[in-house]
Amino acid sequence: MSLSGQGAKKEQANPEASADNKAEAVTFMQEKLPYNPSLSFEEMAAMAKRLRRHIVTMTGKAGSGHPGGSLSAVEIVTALFFKILRHDPINPRWPERDRFILSKGHAAPLLYAVLAERGYFPLEELETLRKLNSRLQGHADMTATPGVEMSSGSLGQGLSFSIGVALAGRLDKRDYRAYALLGDGECDEGQVWEAAMASAHYKLDNLVAIVDHNDQQIDGWNCDVMNLEPLPDKWKAFGWHTIEVDGHDLLQLIAAFEKAKQVKVKPTAIIAHTIKGKGVSFMERNLDFHGKAPNAAEIEKALEELK
Amino acid sequence: MEQSTREAYGNTLIELGRQNPDIVVLDADLSKSTQTNLFAGEFPERFFDCGIAEQNMIGIAAGLAASGKTVFASTFAVFAPGRCFDQIRMSVAQPGLNVKIVTTHGGITVGEDGTSHHAIEDLALICSLPGFTVIVPADAIETTQAIKVAAQTYGPFYIRLSRPKTRVVHAPGYKFTPGKAVTLREGKDITVIAIGIMVSAALDAALSLARDGIDCRVLSMSTIKPIDRDAIIKAATETGAIVTAEEHLRRGGLGSAVAQVVAEQSPVPMSFIAISDVYAKSGKAQELLQRYRLTAGDIESTARSLILKKQK
Repeated sequence: MSLSGQGAKKEQANPEASADNKAEAVTFMQEKLPYNPSLSFEEMAAMAKRLRRHIVTMTGKAGSGHPGGSLSAVEIVTALFFKILRHDPINPRWPERDRFILSKGHAAPLLYAVLAERGYFPLEELETLRKLNSRLQGHADMTATPGVEMSSGSLGQGLSFSIGVALAGRLDKRDYRAYALLGDGECDEGQVWEAAMASAHYKLDNLVAIVDHNDQQIDGWNCDVMNLEPLPDKWKAFGWHTIEVDGHDLLQLIAAFEKAKQVKVKPTAIIAHTIKGKGVSFMERNLDFHGKAPNAAEIEKALEELK
Repeated sequence: MEQSTREAYGNTLIELGRQNPDIVVLDADLSKSTQTNLFAGEFPERFFDCGIAEQNMIGIAAGLAASGKTVFASTFAVFAPGRCFDQIRMSVAQPGLNVKIVTTHGGITVGEDGTSHHAIEDLALICSLPGFTVIVPADAIETTQAIKVAAQTYGPFYIRLSRPKTRVVHAPGYKFTPGKAVTLREGKDITVIAIGIMVSAALDAALSLARDGIDCRVLSMSTIKPIDRDAIIKAATETGAIVTAEEHLRRGGLGSAVAQVVAEQSPVPMSFIAISDVYAKSGKAQELLQRYRLTAGDIESTARSLILKKQK
């Protein structure tokens, strides 16, 4: 299932070609594919732990990467990929799929972990992160990895991209939804607010922005580097329905996503309060692990904690 | 006869919009100037004004394109790629999405608005991006065809148009082929390779040179990228000297692209009609072309000097 080279170009040239018959596709999904595997709450929590283990192991093996901001968004992504999203790992470009757009592209290890767990590619491939000829690039790359919707890594661009995705859904009368995951530090970028303004202007109620609000960015705490607060008020002022949740509470997250589906005429912003490096004691709130991989001893210690 | 390339753009968009329901047009609060307002008038549901936010516009274009749309995004050439270069790089060029950035008000013939509105670096920026097809049509006839080709060809395009009306240099039956230079005048003594409004200036220069028995070939290199290497090599070997002419900075535009081919394949003396390392000021378009040495007379005198060099 190579998406590199000519194959990718060809597929992009007609991205929405297959499974165009919506009713048929939906029936197919409901009957044949476990796109919403009915995981119990405990199983989802266990899955979150599995994703954390993957993040630690893969960045460790790669010797570089961004564990901190990947770990903080684990529950957000778990709730989406195991409960909320309508998607099909067998047909990553299914036109009716909900789109998950990773705007904070440095959290690629998290995205790869969840895509592998959902069957987009083999779990063993996670070990190839950041290696030459791997499909798992250092930052998310839509031309390389099945299930990656957007090439990101240069911050601030994902919400704009998501607007385009949401507008296309409206034009095509498809009922899919677009979910953009942003970092809080990423909200320093002016483009985020251009996009925030435009999303409300276009009344995109099929668009959800999730801010992984872990309070930290490379140079320090948000409030010291560039104060974002009051962050929820800013989204509200830009015309968004705004929900604040504990970003490590799966139930709160799922409830927020479900609530967002009911909100009409405006987009929904979910401000998810999280902890950078969550789940590994010595990585939590430790900025050293924003963009540094754990060494062998640290991997061992982290995996011990994540048993 | 003169015709507006941006009017040709606006009208062609309407034609394309009628044929293809997947064409979507974006603008950044300049739709009256870029003439995308013509499309907006007929297809309001497929036109999105992004306001004065070019970075966001490019991202929206990418998202629409990733969802199967053929997207035209327009603003002034000074604002795209200048104002949104990284967005074009990461959201459009890297994934190779089907986004057509069509800008108007290229070069210094924007005139009185001055430096802030003169687009003289856009070609250098956009040509640096892998996968982009870059076109500077010579007139309205070619604009219409280039826009249609862009709509029919998957992948990122940049097409640069002008503010003032442009002299028509192509016959009504002209057929634009992307990636192919057009020989507008045969010649064996020297070649002038030009783009945009400089094509008609090159033809005027060739006419003057002919009066003195100098046989000057004129090529319109409307597709700067990918550039027609064969036409350049042929011009170098057959005429032995090349002058390039463009309404752009000397570095990174047409001249650089041609020189690269010439240096690699067939070194011959070259000269470059372009804006040297300065920003132009306010003035009337014609005054500026004279002030910054972008006229037929400049091409002519440069060609004469170059021929002397060639003969040494």
